[in-house]
Amino acid sequence: MIKVNNLTKKFHNFVAVDNISFSVNDGEIFAFLGPNGAGKSTTIKMLTTLLSPTNGEVIINGHDPVREPDIVRRTFGIVFQDPSLDDELTAWENIELHGVLYDVPDKLRKERAEQLLKYVDLWDRKDSLVKEFSGGMKRRLEIARGLLHHPKIIFLDEPTLGLDPQTRNHMWTYLKELNKNESTTIFFTTHYMEEAERIAQRIAIIDHGKIIASGTSEELKSQTNTNSLEEAFLALTGKNIREESASSTDRMRTARHRWRR
Amino acid sequence: MKKIYFLWLRQIKRYLRSRSRIIGSLGQPLLFLLALGYGFGSVFQKAGEGNYLNFLAPGIIGMSIIFTAIFSGIEIIWDRQFGFLKEMMVAPMSRISIMIGRTLGGATVATAQGLIVLLISLLFGFHPYNWALIIAAVPIMFIVALLFTALGTMIASLLDDMQGFQLIMNFLVMPLFFLSGALFPLQGLPKALSIIAQLDPLSYGIDALRDLLIGISYYGLGLDILILSTVTLVFLFLGSYFFKKIQI
Ligand SMILES: Nc1ncnc2c1ncn2[C@@H]1O[C@H](COP(=O)(O)OP(=O)(O)O)[C@@H](O)[C@H]1O
Ligand SMILES: [Mg+2]
Repeated sequence: MIKVNNLTKKFHNFVAVDNISFSVNDGEIFAFLGPNGAGKSTTIKMLTTLLSPTNGEVIINGHDPVREPDIVRRTFGIVFQDPSLDDELTAWENIELHGVLYDVPDKLRKERAEQLLKYVDLWDRKDSLVKEFSGGMKRRLEIARGLLHHPKIIFLDEPTLGLDPQTRNHMWTYLKELNKNESTTIFFTTHYMEEAERIAQRIAIIDHGKIIASGTSEELKSQTNTNSLEEAFLALTGKNIREESASSTDRMRTARHRWRR
Repeated sequence: MKKIYFLWLRQIKRYLRSRSRIIGSLGQPLLFLLALGYGFGSVFQKAGEGNYLNFLAPGIIGMSIIFTAIFSGIEIIWDRQFGFLKEMMVAPMSRISIMIGRTLGGATVATAQGLIVLLISLLFGFHPYNWALIIAAVPIMFIVALLFTALGTMIASLLDDMQGFQLIMNFLVMPLFFLSGALFPLQGLPKALSIIAQLDPLSYGIDALRDLLIGISYYGLGLDILILSTVTLVFLFLGSYFFKKIQI
């Protein structure tokens, strides 16, 4: 379903993604596990037509995101790490617009929108402007919106960051059902070990733009002779996973500094 | 088609919800109408050019359109900053349709703003020479709006943050406005100024509005429409081209 060969992304002289190769099978749940700044989001952006690679090849469901972006865009849905809602629209309008852009038929759109908004506990706030929402509410809306259409592949970039445990559970339940019933391929990034271990069938560990190991969590543990994914990670990278510290704006700022120099 | 309509609708909703923006953007045209319209009235009359307020009103309508339109186009930078641009850019629709939906929305908003200014100038004593032709002026206003929304989109696709915004206001929008003949007649201008005005697309927009609203034209309505349509098409094309290249 996803094939990546020798993929590299450079921002000027800085190598954010360094010659990575991996593949994800049809109907698989695959996790990209790595610390902040490892290159997870940059990889997702290249897979989803938002960035063009400096080098290497990507094939999504048989098509190249660079040469055939419109076909590729039809095959996936994505929940971004950073906000991507329209603040001046209501929750309902955001969902509706998404449904229209993704060709979800009207009736189905309304049914699913209601179900999902109830799932993320925003049904009574559906007519409020998104700008009045708290960070957590926006995050929940973002997730609901991302699940509205049922694509072949769903990309989720740190989906559970800042979510309460209850919504987190709802989300994974919904996704697992989708994976089972429609054999949706799920590609997600996280820096939570336990999430990768519990949800994903296969994991790739990425650090400093390189994939340093991949396999099932059992394989990773036996490769490193450890008892938990946490220890395996430590053995592979020599360090504890860093918590997400910098916000994306901070990151943009540092990126820009690097640029100007 | 439905997707384009919803992107258009989004722009309209955003416009209607920002009352402060509507009112705020009326301040400047109002000031121009009052201060210049009444201030220069007697000088203009003495020079044998007739009623200045009448001459000025189409120029001020053009001004409010170009400002609103370029601003609408440039709003893409906000969409980028607030992240909504990503949502549009991964949607399964062609970049051209996204660009068209947005541009039509922005142009509709700018036309509405132009119409509001037209109403206000009527209150201040502007009188068109033929009321029926006001209807014909609306499509002209829309083409001008489309032209500059596309230009704004093009610029916004090339910038990645708000820092260039002031620069564009000062070195592009202001000159386009001041050199367009919005405030003065194009007849008898010094050679250099006249050439510059001929290169300024807004100049043809305002000339066309003057033709329809007060029956005075410098270039002639036919040429105005020809140039406006051509430039609009070119900008739409360039806008789509650069929009397509946006990386996030
Ligand atoms: N547009 C950009 N310009 C310059 N550097 C960038 C840009 N986007 C990301 N980076 C840098 O690339 C590295 C990887 O970032 P990212 O893929 O967002 O990491 P992750 O999602 O794993 O936290 C970081 O060091 C980040 O600062
Ligand atoms: Mg990230």
